Amino acid sequence: MSANSETLPVFSSALATRFDALVEKYPVKRSALVPMLLYAQDEVGYLSDAVIAEVARRIGITELEVRNVATYYSMLRFKPAGKFNIQVCTNIACMLRGGYEIYERFQQELGIGPKGVTPDGLFSLEEVECIGACCWAPAIQVNYDFHDELDPDLVPGILDQYRNPIQNKGKNA
Amino acid sequence: MPRLVSHPDEVKIVSSRFGKGAANIDRYLELGGYEAVRKCLAQGPEWIIEEMKASGLRGRGGAGFSTGMKWSFVPKQSAKPKYILVNGDESEPGTCKDHLIFLHDPHSIIEGAIIAGLAVGAKMGFIYLRGEYRYLIEIMERAVADAYERGFLGKNIFGSGNEFQVITQTGAGAYEVGEESALMESLEGKRGVPRIRPPFPAVVGLYGGPTVINNAETMANVPHIIRMGAAAYAAVGTPRNGGTRLFGISGHVERPGVYELPMGYNLKKMIYEVGGGVRGGRKLKAVVPGGSSTPVLLPEEIENLGMDFDQVGKAGSMLGSGGVVVIDDRTCMVEFALRTISFYQHESCGWCIPCREGTDWLKKSLTRFHAGFGTASDIDNIQYLAENMLGRTFCPLGDAAAMPTLGFVKKFRQEFEDHLNGKPCPYAREGVPQLTVV
Repeated sequence: MSANSETLPVFSSALATRFDALVEKYPVKRSALVPMLLYAQDEVGYLSDAVIAEVARRIGITELEVRNVATYYSMLRFKPAGKFNIQVCTNIACMLRGGYEIYERFQQELGIGPKGVTPDGLFSLEEVECIGACCWAPAIQVNYDFHDELDPDLVPGILDQYRNPIQNKGKNA
Repeated sequence: MPRLVSHPDEVKIVSSRFGKGAANIDRYLELGGYEAVRKCLAQGPEWIIEEMKASGLRGRGGAGFSTGMKWSFVPKQSAKPKYILVNGDESEPGTCKDHLIFLHDPHSIIEGAIIAGLAVGAKMGFIYLRGEYRYLIEIMERAVADAYERGFLGKNIFGSGNEFQVITQTGAGAYEVGEESALMESLEGKRGVPRIRPPFPAVVGLYGGPTVINNAETMANVPHIIRMGAAAYAAVGTPRNGGTRLFGISGHVERPGVYELPMGYNLKKMIYEVGGGVRGGRKLKAVVPGGSSTPVLLPEEIENLGMDFDQVGKAGSMLGSGGVVVIDDRTCMVEFALRTISFYQHESCGWCIPCREGTDWLKKSLTRFHAGFGTASDIDNIQYLAENMLGRTFCPLGDAAAMPTLGFVKKFRQEFEDHLNGKPCPYAREGVPQLTVV
């Protein structure tokens, strides 16, 4: 926690407004907990102590209760990942069509191992369970973007897209 | 963007609007959208439930329970509010059908949920999508907002005086949350651990109120059944297995994809004609017929196998989620078993000891075995472990791990024995990474 984190707002005003609406929406306030944690992570990058404290305050439960729930869900993390988190599916359907080759190629190209983060903080890499793209295997997600029907030779191009987003903007459209 | 495929044998009901821009509410209306709910408003709850029963629609999540029966179990009078819950946590390896429904036809799920609400007297529905499906959640949220704007959702839907609210919910990564009671726990803002049953959700569900939980594909079928009539829908399938199924053909096939085929469609034909056969002209070694939790089938077992709940059950496996994973002759089945069990070990929520410990020991045994350090007694031990998990847990995740494991050992015992030489995997191929620790 940085020294002045208690005086700075934890979330942007847009996210704070969204959370105000979210807790009102449900028959029971606590139903907003899992979405709030994920949306907070999207903005802050991970579930810092400050995020957990603020979510607990907004829902009206203890920080311990928040942690108890947060540790259950595999997408929630407690330390920063890269700006672009690469999630390679290696489950059966992807494995049969070369998911592990894709995973190896990413490790080579990035020079990092499983759960690693590149020194510039741009990329992180992890192996994940089935992401629901089995018929378009092998597939990965970069943050929330799907990339499917992959081949190891497509890996450098994918990394380029994220390294030079402006240059490649036209290509993605 | 997931590629759409087609085949002449397909009967497009639930996929009839795929690729037609139906995520747009005007387009959905042009394509007959929200006609079914209007018909239901005129006919009333008893009629809806009778139609659902007559349609032969069975749960598309995997259990295959009659949807009409499920709805009929909800008590008419209830002190607590009733809820409709759409399960879009789609996480069973081999399954990606709901992905396409959310992408191409989100309003069909909303319409199905409204109809379910009218049938059981619920005023609120939740559509729960797995957290990884963020782009689909955004599509779903847009669709829900559009339906509110038109007065199809809200306090007075279609000017009928009936109320129905819909909330879209995101998960955050958990296979176990696809289990109905764990899903309710997650929606209540808790860890997704299962509840003991009875009481069943139809009596005590979300927030303690009577709750109908249906898979997203099941719910998307509902408006179609109402529009085409239960008898016509039932006639598409086989006895007691109404309609069609979105089959996801994946793995070693030439043309993988999600195909909508009538219930009872022959599995061999599905692989060789619809899926274009085994990739590269290789030989078929095995098929996982309904997602990774269903026991593997051998080529000789699929000759005359019709893909409906009853026929696949009789063949010793399950139709499950309709995810058909095709495996060619170069695949190491011990490695495949290891990858399967590694998933369940990772996803076991830890609530029930037979599942938590069982999946862990199965993974440890299979890892050692695949690396060439197994002993002959390990094979029997793996079997013993798996047998002792069956039926001893709150939810079916324990069974989902044990059943395929037993299938692999029983049907590919020789391959397990081939690993007993103290050397690395005999099926290893140069240039293909070997699975060591997952």
